[in-house]
Amino acid sequence: MITSPFLTKPTPLQVVMTKVLLALLPGIAVYVYVFGAGILIQLLLATLTALGVEAACLKLRNFPIKPFITDGSAIVTAWLLALSLPPLAPWWMIVLATAIAIGLAKHLYGGLGQNTFNPAMVGFAVLMVSFPAQMSRWAAPQAELDALAQLTYIFTGHLAVPFDAIASATPLDTVKTTILQHGGIGELFAAPLFQAGQFGAGWLPGMMGWIALAYLAGGVYLFASKIIPWQTPLSFLVSLAALAGALHLVDPARFTSPLFHLFSGAAMLGAFFIITDPVSGPTTPRGRLIYGALIGVLVYVIRVFGGYPDGVAFAVLIMNLAAPFIDQYTQPKVFGRKGKAA
Amino acid sequence: MDKLIDRGEAKAIVHNGLWKQNAGIVQILGMCPVLVMSNNIINGVSLGLATSLVMLISGMAVAAIRRFVPNELRTPIFILIIAALVTMVDLAMNAYVHGLYVVLGIFIPLITTNCIVLARAEAFASKNGVLQSGLDGLFMGLGLTGVLAVLGAMRELVGQGTLLSSIDLLFGPQAKDWVIHVIPADAHYQFLLAMLPPGAFIGLGFLVAGKLALDRRAEARAKAAPPQPASETATV
Repeated sequence: MITSPFLTKPTPLQVVMTKVLLALLPGIAVYVYVFGAGILIQLLLATLTALGVEAACLKLRNFPIKPFITDGSAIVTAWLLALSLPPLAPWWMIVLATAIAIGLAKHLYGGLGQNTFNPAMVGFAVLMVSFPAQMSRWAAPQAELDALAQLTYIFTGHLAVPFDAIASATPLDTVKTTILQHGGIGELFAAPLFQAGQFGAGWLPGMMGWIALAYLAGGVYLFASKIIPWQTPLSFLVSLAALAGALHLVDPARFTSPLFHLFSGAAMLGAFFIITDPVSGPTTPRGRLIYGALIGVLVYVIRVFGGYPDGVAFAVLIMNLAAPFIDQYTQPKVFGRKGKAA
Repeated sequence: MDKLIDRGEAKAIVHNGLWKQNAGIVQILGMCPVLVMSNNIINGVSLGLATSLVMLISGMAVAAIRRFVPNELRTPIFILIIAALVTMVDLAMNAYVHGLYVVLGIFIPLITTNCIVLARAEAFASKNGVLQSGLDGLFMGLGLTGVLAVLGAMRELVGQGTLLSSIDLLFGPQAKDWVIHVIPADAHYQFLLAMLPPGAFIGLGFLVAGKLALDRRAEARAKAAPPQPASETATV
């Protein structure tokens, strides 16, 4: 029954992180429906590795282990990383990436609140640069693989059928290759990969679009519970859509629609869960608008003109570098003072 | 007649070059070749030794003419001496270890512009005797070679699971079997990050941190003992 503007305690970190994890759940649920239970194994592996490496680093740095390890920040990093990898990636990839994210990108920079770069994206970039082949091996949505077969494949690399029989490129990958080979996307969207399956919503880029939609729902929940600001996700999505829309109008045979860009790859996951990282992004409202918009531009440029199918990780890392400068030049005016704040 | 160089002085110069003022992990000079050519031990050590040779001779040459060099013109004169020496090393490597010469490529001529060479000419050789300067150049170079060797070993081991790969470039085709496969070759192990430039930055960071940690431990241990008077500590 609070009505007046009393002083409020800041939300404890543990609550924030729990809410972020909760907000990821719808996305994970749809993910399991589309790709099978493999992602749950990845999430478990990532969580265990993250907690283990976090505890080891805290011990090495003579920090109390319990308060830091229960704050949940390591688990958020681990989950974001697991959700970015191919669902059937071999077990050591997620373990390695999580160890690098927590050990190198988080604790070597000074731990929670000190990391210049988004740890999950550092882990992802390391894998993307080091193992490009494994990183592009996605199983086809709803491939006929039961949980046991997925488990065996993740841990041993053995599969009853050859992986190629169940493999499929992601929509972003397919678009990129088709344009390179044929110079246009033409009839591409009639392909089964781009049909939204039994859900039957034609405007979504395939079944992966449904995962993105679930992330969007989680993001709206996070915004409603005031965990994330509106500026970063909105400016990111608007700039990505605007750029995609403009070029789509110019040449629809070569540039895919804005909806395709918004609902494929890591755009939605990135918009609400990755670029909203309060540590590695800017803190001023205007700065957040600039930051999100520039990430949107970079994501589009990397996707369409770069060598990689998706660009969220690299765009976020590049803009992490720029965040302190953005902050410096967007300091809001101090209330009651004239002119610019120092 | 005075001795040209006494034992304590020589010891201090050697200690400075190899550890205390190490070019690679303390002065952090000459990063460009260190980061690029440390992708395996052979490349790193070869470039390090070539640099050491240039530094040995350039140190002595600069020290020998130091009284005749006008202060205003010293940099171009030092650079000319260094460039002449590098050209000789370049031609010699092309003649005798051509395979390696091709791999090291532009980084041999670039020894001329490696700041550690000019730094020692400027900071040490232009103020000290011929023997001291030669010794300083040699051990500064060997200190750098050590860093290149360790960094090269780390990157090679993590990046592709071998040690001494491409040793055949130095000792001919029969040396191909000398490569040590820590991880069996048929496992096709590869971790590209360590072989690419980021691996060099991360590895060098760990080396710098490791040296600081060792120094701190030694400091804590020597706290009871009275501090030794520090000798020459030229830094640039």
